[in-house]
Amino acid sequence: MSNTYTEEDLARNLEVQEYKYGFTSDFKSDTIPVGLDEDVIRLISSKKEEPEWLLEKRLQAYRAWTTMKEPDWAHVNYEKPDFQAISYYSAPGQTKKYESWDDVDPEMKETMKKLGISMEEQQRLTGTAVDFVVDSVSVATSFKKKLGELGIIFCSFSEAVENHPELVKKYMGTVVPHTDNFYAALNSAVFTDGSFCYIPKGVRCPMELSTYFRINEGGTGQFERTLVVADEGSYVSYLEGCTAPMRDENQLHAAVVELIALDDAEIKYSTVQNWYPGNKDGVGGVFNFVTKRGLCERNAKISWTQVETGSAVTWKYPSCVLKGDNSIGEFYSVAVTNNFQQADTGSKMVHLGKNTSSTIISKGISAGESQNTYRGLVQIHAGAENARNRSECDSLLLSDRSGAHTFPYIECKNSSARVEHEATTSKIGEDQIFYCQQRGIDSEKAIGLIVNGYCKEVLNHMPMEFAVEAQKLLEISLENSVG
Amino acid sequence: MELVLDNKVLEFVSDFKKPETISKVRKQALDALTGMDFPTTRVEEWKYTRVAKYVKRKYKQTQASTNIEEYAIADLNAHQLVFVNGYYDESLSTILDDDAVSVQKIDELDEEYYSDLVDGTEENVFSLINKAYQTGGVFIQIKKNKKANHPIHMIHVLEGEEVIANARHFVLAENGSKSEVIATFHSKNSANSFTNVVLEGHVESNASLTINKLQTEAKDVLHISNELFVQDESSNFLINTITTGAQLTRNGLDVIVEGENCHTEMNGAYLGTENQHMDNHTLIDQLYSNCTSSESYKGVMDGKSVGVFNGKVIVRQDAQKIAAYQSNKNILLSKTASVNSKPELEIYADDVRCSHGSTIGELDQEAIYYLRSRGISAASAKQLLVAGFIGDILDKVENEALRADIDELFLNDFGWKF
Amino acid sequence: MLTIKNLHASVEEGHEILKGLNLGVKAGEVHAIMGPNGSGKSTLASVLAGKDGYEVTGGSVDFDGVDLLDLEAEDRAKEGLFLAFQYPVEIPGVSNINFLRTAINEIREYRKEDKMSAKDFLAKVKTASNLVELDSKLASRAVNVGFSGGEKKRNEIFQMAMLEPKLAILDETDSGLDIDALRIVSEGVNKLRSEGRSIILITHYQRLLEYIQPDFVHVLNDGKIIKTGTKELALELEEKGYDWINEEIAQ
Repeated sequence: MSNTYTEEDLARNLEVQEYKYGFTSDFKSDTIPVGLDEDVIRLISSKKEEPEWLLEKRLQAYRAWTTMKEPDWAHVNYEKPDFQAISYYSAPGQTKKYESWDDVDPEMKETMKKLGISMEEQQRLTGTAVDFVVDSVSVATSFKKKLGELGIIFCSFSEAVENHPELVKKYMGTVVPHTDNFYAALNSAVFTDGSFCYIPKGVRCPMELSTYFRINEGGTGQFERTLVVADEGSYVSYLEGCTAPMRDENQLHAAVVELIALDDAEIKYSTVQNWYPGNKDGVGGVFNFVTKRGLCERNAKISWTQVETGSAVTWKYPSCVLKGDNSIGEFYSVAVTNNFQQADTGSKMVHLGKNTSSTIISKGISAGESQNTYRGLVQIHAGAENARNRSECDSLLLSDRSGAHTFPYIECKNSSARVEHEATTSKIGEDQIFYCQQRGIDSEKAIGLIVNGYCKEVLNHMPMEFAVEAQKLLEISLENSVG
Repeated sequence: MELVLDNKVLEFVSDFKKPETISKVRKQALDALTGMDFPTTRVEEWKYTRVAKYVKRKYKQTQASTNIEEYAIADLNAHQLVFVNGYYDESLSTILDDDAVSVQKIDELDEEYYSDLVDGTEENVFSLINKAYQTGGVFIQIKKNKKANHPIHMIHVLEGEEVIANARHFVLAENGSKSEVIATFHSKNSANSFTNVVLEGHVESNASLTINKLQTEAKDVLHISNELFVQDESSNFLINTITTGAQLTRNGLDVIVEGENCHTEMNGAYLGTENQHMDNHTLIDQLYSNCTSSESYKGVMDGKSVGVFNGKVIVRQDAQKIAAYQSNKNILLSKTASVNSKPELEIYADDVRCSHGSTIGELDQEAIYYLRSRGISAASAKQLLVAGFIGDILDKVENEALRADIDELFLNDFGWKF
Repeated sequence: MLTIKNLHASVEEGHEILKGLNLGVKAGEVHAIMGPNGSGKSTLASVLAGKDGYEVTGGSVDFDGVDLLDLEAEDRAKEGLFLAFQYPVEIPGVSNINFLRTAINEIREYRKEDKMSAKDFLAKVKTASNLVELDSKLASRAVNVGFSGGEKKRNEIFQMAMLEPKLAILDETDSGLDIDALRIVSEGVNKLRSEGRSIILITHYQRLLEYIQPDFVHVLNDGKIIKTGTKELALELEEKGYDWINEEIAQ
């Protein structure tokens, strides 16, 4: 996408954005006691009426997990969760429900107002308006019909296990094996649900597949699992997350996302992460430990775009394994930390095939007393003739108590490859802020504006309606960050 | 580092000669060693450099004599300090008349004074082995507000098979002084030997210290150096590290900037062939405001060689107005060579301008083609381009005599002409 | 409109730049402030606009009934003070349009007016960019990024046209402009002259004043206005230089 901003863009921007994402589900509360052992896993599996092979996979993962150590190499500091104090089967979503509009946290209402969400929408998001559910389901159903005609499968992970076991069996765990890391192992053992998407050969998915549908289809939760398979020559754009504030009580989130792009296929995966970051004093907030990885076969392309503003601690490295010749991996990221948030995020680009190329653009913004780390790996294997990588990692500091760190790992074993990494760290421009002030824009808004401009290159890679909200989100997350 | 019961470190040093008197400094190091292990690649600082096979060997500490004629640099006109297998050889050394410089043996220093000098130094297992078992080294003092009349050339030679050289030096650049130290490392008739050198220093306020390090040891040597310098206010420190030798080289270089208005510059060139492994591991720790640092390392890797760069810049909280630049560029000349690069910025202050860059690639094919189209052979074109690539690092060596020596070395070893 | 009385200001390091400056500007008037380098011309502009790094040590500035020095920089702008910068800053990724829309809506909110509709806003962008012959593509590019020197200055006047200030201070707007650009910028400024709008031109050279006719010309030297006259004074300055005035005052 080009950087120029046309009048049409503006006109589109000016239109009131209908809020399209949110929770509508009416889950039944169903929780098992805290703690984790093989019996708990058997219980989860039986509650979900899973086939034997899946239970076996879970048990394998569990056994591997018990031998693993929680990673401590990330540049983050937090009290390690007590894994025996968590309930591993808790129908998600129920904590987001409110009895009436009056019960909804005023701070949350305020944020939604700032995001430009209509009153009706706000009520729907908080689950206080029920009638909308019917409406939403019908919309979803009509989309589903359209997708069905094209042979696209888009359903909850549980449904996929039931209806498309051959696909799940074939692809699950092939990109992120359960032995990959501590949290991936945990997820593989206890995941409750998630999404599954399959795009058949040569099909171009005509719409953005998003949380919006998914939420109506099933549940997300602490241990979510997503599997997207784009068959040869197909294309899909997938949106994950929600810009609305998530007052989620789950402290630990350990999701696994696997993408598989077969020959000539393309997957675009966009995320907005806005989990509860904890309060201004750094109390509470979500631990977001996610494993996201995509596999590219020949001529395939995977593009990750993320805007991360939430969570108390983030540990996340969306990656691409460029296995096929001529395959392409991209990673565009904005990570904002404020108050006492800590983020250690970046990407891994593993070049195996010939003529593979990858791009990493990362923008980190640190405010308050937060710590923001870019950590990335570019690995060129011996067989990756003519591989190319370009990485640009910029950090912007908004306060003298915050930290910005850049830790790239570059490993190159092929002489015909070309790898270029550049990074800068600097303070927000005082002259830029003054220029805005002189035009009547207060310093807080000025910072929002400058930061959004700074992140433009990344936001441009998001689907339009998502990008507009992401921009607002950036501004909101940086409120009171001046200093 | 992990605590282990089966202590490989104690096993490693078991045959080393216990020093006649155990000084306070040695004692501390000996105590610290009992709880240590050699690093594995699981240790972040050693992720790309595996020392296991080298530390399984038994090395001996042996005094020897050698001919150093070929290692003296023509026209350098320097104080010449010679260390053979880590032992200071006064008979081979020449100290010129210079009221700005004094040289003492480390072991002859006042124990308390030396202990204070090196107190608080962060040590790894190799520098601790050196500290406990060092066999000689010098304390070089550049007098206050004086400019050294001659450079100080420290010649290190490994002589013999499976020897370990544990030399340990300290350079004290007093207030307002200016000096240049050249440290060269060579080997002769050696096989599977180990240079485990430590060079420490303190650059006091308004002092200026330049160090040029040139290492050309045989390709079966293990070379581990630990260099640590502390800078006071308004001081200048420049170090150029040129590496073409050894089987495995690990240049550990830490500079702690403990005052405002300092400038720190680190440059490095490493040229690997065959199975050589060259690791440059640097740290610049900025604790005060208004300092600048510049770091530039370039590698040219041929054969099956492996280049490693891991440079870290830390800007501590409240160290404002720091401008730090870090660059690592690499050229791979063969299909089987490889490079691992990890430039790191860790910034805790906001009013900073820090940047880093890292590139890995082959020689520009279009440039080669261009040169060939002007009648230059492919081989010459390659040499020209490599020389051009590495040349700006060598240009940082301002000492003409030394530069001429380096140019000759490069011409003889690689056929590169500058 | 603007009454500056005995204004003293220093840079943060303590060096006094403005040493008792007096100036009165009535609505609709155009005043030129000329003076040699280092006389305090740009400091005056910065102090009036509220830039950090200057300390007002004495005097007062009344802007249409409000104490200007008491306001935050953005509130001065909202009150109708506009500064065309000598060196307009680049803001990557932020389009001119988005920037101005934010500014206009903030100002309107301050004045308790409704937001401007997208349609009206776009119409206004068109008119304003025509005024300084600014390519409409520049209007949608990031603020000043990749603009030539002349384009940056034109962009300042374009923004002035968009924001419709009560008082515009043009800080060396003519510097670095070629003759064509100078004409375009000046014509733009002339079209923006109105009964209710005052303009202060800060300039080093008389040539700008050939295009924008000032009602008064002031000579600033060593932090004070040492002489006031009409546009003929500017011609005299061009001819004789600044030393002549110093000599005259000395007598």
